[in-house]
Amino acid sequence: MITVTNLHKWFGEDHILKGISTTFEKGKTSLVIGQSGSGKTVFMKCLLGLITPEEGTIDYDGKIYSELSSDQKRNLRQEMGMVFQGSALFDSMTVEGNVMFPLNMFTQQSNSEKEDRVNFVLNRVNLIDANHKYPAELSGGMQKRVAIARAIVMNPKYLFCDEPNSGLDPNTAIIIDNLIQEITQEYDIITVINSHDMNSVMEIGEKIVFLQNGSKAWEGTKEDIFKTDNEAVTRFVYSSELFKKVRQMYVEERT
Amino acid sequence: MTYLSAIGSYSIMVKEVFKKPTKWPIMKSLILKEIDELIFNSLGIIVFISLFIGGVVTIQTALNLENPLIPVSLIGFAPRQSVILEFAPTFTSIIMAGKVGSYITSSIGTMRVTEQIDALEVMGVNSLNYLVFPKIIAMLLYPFAVAIAMYMGILGGWMAGVWGNFTSSADFIEGLQLDFDPYHITYSFIKTLVFAFVIATVPSYHGYFMKGGALDVGKASTTSFVWTSVVIIILNFILTQLLLG
Repeated sequence: MITVTNLHKWFGEDHILKGISTTFEKGKTSLVIGQSGSGKTVFMKCLLGLITPEEGTIDYDGKIYSELSSDQKRNLRQEMGMVFQGSALFDSMTVEGNVMFPLNMFTQQSNSEKEDRVNFVLNRVNLIDANHKYPAELSGGMQKRVAIARAIVMNPKYLFCDEPNSGLDPNTAIIIDNLIQEITQEYDIITVINSHDMNSVMEIGEKIVFLQNGSKAWEGTKEDIFKTDNEAVTRFVYSSELFKKVRQMYVEERT
Repeated sequence: MTYLSAIGSYSIMVKEVFKKPTKWPIMKSLILKEIDELIFNSLGIIVFISLFIGGVVTIQTALNLENPLIPVSLIGFAPRQSVILEFAPTFTSIIMAGKVGSYITSSIGTMRVTEQIDALEVMGVNSLNYLVFPKIIAMLLYPFAVAIAMYMGILGGWMAGVWGNFTSSADFIEGLQLDFDPYHITYSFIKTLVFAFVIATVPSYHGYFMKGGALDVGKASTTSFVWTSVVIIILNFILTQLLLG
């Protein structure tokens, strides 16, 4: 379990994260949602250790990140997988090179073992016959799959995804969302996803944390989100006509 | 204050470069790639510039020798001294700051903008060691490139002097050997090694710590060239005082 307690982050005078406390559980896809500028990305970068918070603690299964030595932090990071918003694939490497990179860096496996593992995870994300292509030759959806494959190749305990379906068409976005959820359940890992895509929230939001102006304004499940009276959440969730109608139907059905 | 802060960040960066080394088989391939990119790919421009600089120095010396009491062998002496002491190490380094420096800044800066450096860090890789250390090691071969620059500069001087009928080959070679002090070569290579470190690290600093988007990568490359050149010129002055003063 990841336990975040009273997390604060300032950039100069700007108070970006204002005492966020929450937990993320094993085998569940947790979504951090909120408007642009609400602090989602800074929050995720704090979880990843890329940004150091001024106050608060992040506890990874009993290991408090701020109390670890730099070597222990690096070792902990090897248990994390990350899917970046823009995929962050290494341009100079092929798909196979990208996915094999963590294995080359941190394992003593033979080439054939590494190749087998790479082919296994590429098959798992349904990416076939792309081993020797470069990132520039792939579509956005395929790049996201490679990023997911790279993130899970080391069997991580924690998977973080920053807006994994941004820039994707709705169909591909749902496929990527489902893939992340399947992987989370299959490998029993802790998955935290930053998103402002309501389709993702409804599709895979087993736990939802809503951030507003750097504070946690609400948390619950995708079922709870229909019932909540929290004005900020309803304003965010039902900003589109489609979701307004969905809620109206839900309320009518209940009454 | 900003400059002090930048010097502090640069020093911390250099310290981090030597921590938590990347596995040797991977580092070896990175170093070979950087040697190819930073040294071998620069030899063409180094040879071209050195040939012409040597030629120009020779022609200018010859054209300014009006006093019959000054020996003609000075036409060989002047390019030797100027090429070995200044043109090969310093002028070539300024060119390298432009060519290699902007390549380093833009490649690392692009990795920063596209979150590839964050990806390395999240995986637990020491990104500074992975990205900057191979460049520093590759640049240890830079003195060989400068040795080629020295040779080509003097050859260019000989070609311009002899083929342009400013001097005979024998007089030029006599000038080359006149009062030759081997320590000048040592001085030049010491400078070159220091400049090599600057060319590898200052542009890396500008790329690694850049903020913004694609446009800012271009701006960072320009800033990196300016600062690398400034540092080289200041260090050239200090090293000359220390080693020759």
